Amino acid sequence: MLRVDVEKKLGEFTLSASFASEGRVTGLFGASGSGKTSLVNMIAGLLQPDQGTISIDGDILDDTEKALHIPAWRRRIGYVFQDARLFPHLDVLQNLDYGRRMNRLAEDLAQRKRVTDLLDIGHLLDRRPGKLSGGERQRVALGRALLSRPRLLLLDEPLGSLDEGRRAEILPYLVRLRDEARIPMVYVSHDPAELRQLATQIVLLKDGRVTSFGGVRVLAG
Amino acid sequence: MIEITPTEWTAIRLSLRVAAVATLFATPLGIALAWLLARRNFWGKSLLDALIHLPLVLPPVVTGYLLLLTFGRRGLIGGWLAEHLGIVFAFRWTGAALACGVMAFPLLVRPIRLSIEAVDQKLEHAAETLGAAPVRVFLTVTLPLALPGVLAGMVLGFAKAIGEFGATITFVSNIPGETQTISSAIYSLIQTPEGDAAALRLVVVAVIIATAALIGSEWFARRATQRLHGN
Repeated sequence: MLRVDVEKKLGEFTLSASFASEGRVTGLFGASGSGKTSLVNMIAGLLQPDQGTISIDGDILDDTEKALHIPAWRRRIGYVFQDARLFPHLDVLQNLDYGRRMNRLAEDLAQRKRVTDLLDIGHLLDRRPGKLSGGERQRVALGRALLSRPRLLLLDEPLGSLDEGRRAEILPYLVRLRDEARIPMVYVSHDPAELRQLATQIVLLKDGRVTSFGGVRVLAG
Repeated sequence: MIEITPTEWTAIRLSLRVAAVATLFATPLGIALAWLLARRNFWGKSLLDALIHLPLVLPPVVTGYLLLLTFGRRGLIGGWLAEHLGIVFAFRWTGAALACGVMAFPLLVRPIRLSIEAVDQKLEHAAETLGAAPVRVFLTVTLPLALPGVLAGMVLGFAKAIGEFGATITFVSNIPGETQTISSAIYSLIQTPEGDAAALRLVVVAVIIATAALIGSEWFARRATQRLHGN
């Protein structure tokens, strides 16, 4: 269960969002500028709320009243960015292995094979990010986040920088991920079609406020 | 062929040692300060920045004299170091290294700072979400990506240290075998009758070292850049 109840002033813009989601995939829907990315950054711990609380399964990550802020690196929340953000100086294997090394987890070759098979990136392991296509880069970013063994996975418009053809290429992987990986996800998008395919619950965000919450049906209205 | 005399060799070897030691000690401190200036805001930041750049604009003789006042035998820091740790700078080659390090510092810090500023902070954030603590983000992402700038700063600092003259001669004088670097040896030779030929030989050596350093840095920077961009 992910509970978010936060307020944050960002220049002229005020983000004030409150929701609790039990869904496997919580879709965060809204136009650009509605505060989706800021909200996700707060869940990740990259941005600190001015006021409010964030918790996962009762574990408090932010509580401004108690001056509590768990830093991003101790949250165990995976994050797939729109622009992949692979480390350019490391090859694909080292990128995939980064989270495991930083969290001092034991090497788990079976798990790595499962993830590389799921995402079809096994043949890319010795390549550098500079030599990957946009779709491949996004799949590696997904694998890198998964292999850090997060308890929640944030995906901020992971298809946003790809063209139509590439999107159709990645979407099946995301569906497989939802059905096989058993990690709750928050999926940010401004594309209703994408969310209908993936999300189990929807949070509708408009001008920094949650306007509706519920099943994928809320996307229609 | 040029015949280099043992005295001249002594000056060349000393110059290389002084510049190498100055660069090695200045680099970690330079990286730390470059990171502070590039990534943190704190009270007195512009003062620190000015302090680092001071040796660049002060007359070298002033820097040398200030070093003598603080790090000399009776200086505030020099006296304490000599008494408690047995480290003496005044009129020693270590003092020459200190003077060269201080003079080279602004040139060393600047490219490092610029290259750290150029590292995309989004990559550092990505590393954080993967569980990397701040120090490890720096060691595994920021520093490797800033490496071309670090190498450029080191080479530039080394080249400056090799050529340093004013602050060194003011602080530690011009003692053959102890503090007489290539620069101060040339200075002595051109004041001696019939010293021209020897001075010229050292000038040639100085030009060769400087050129090699510049070509070397170019090569390192290109290799490092290629490595980073994955080709």
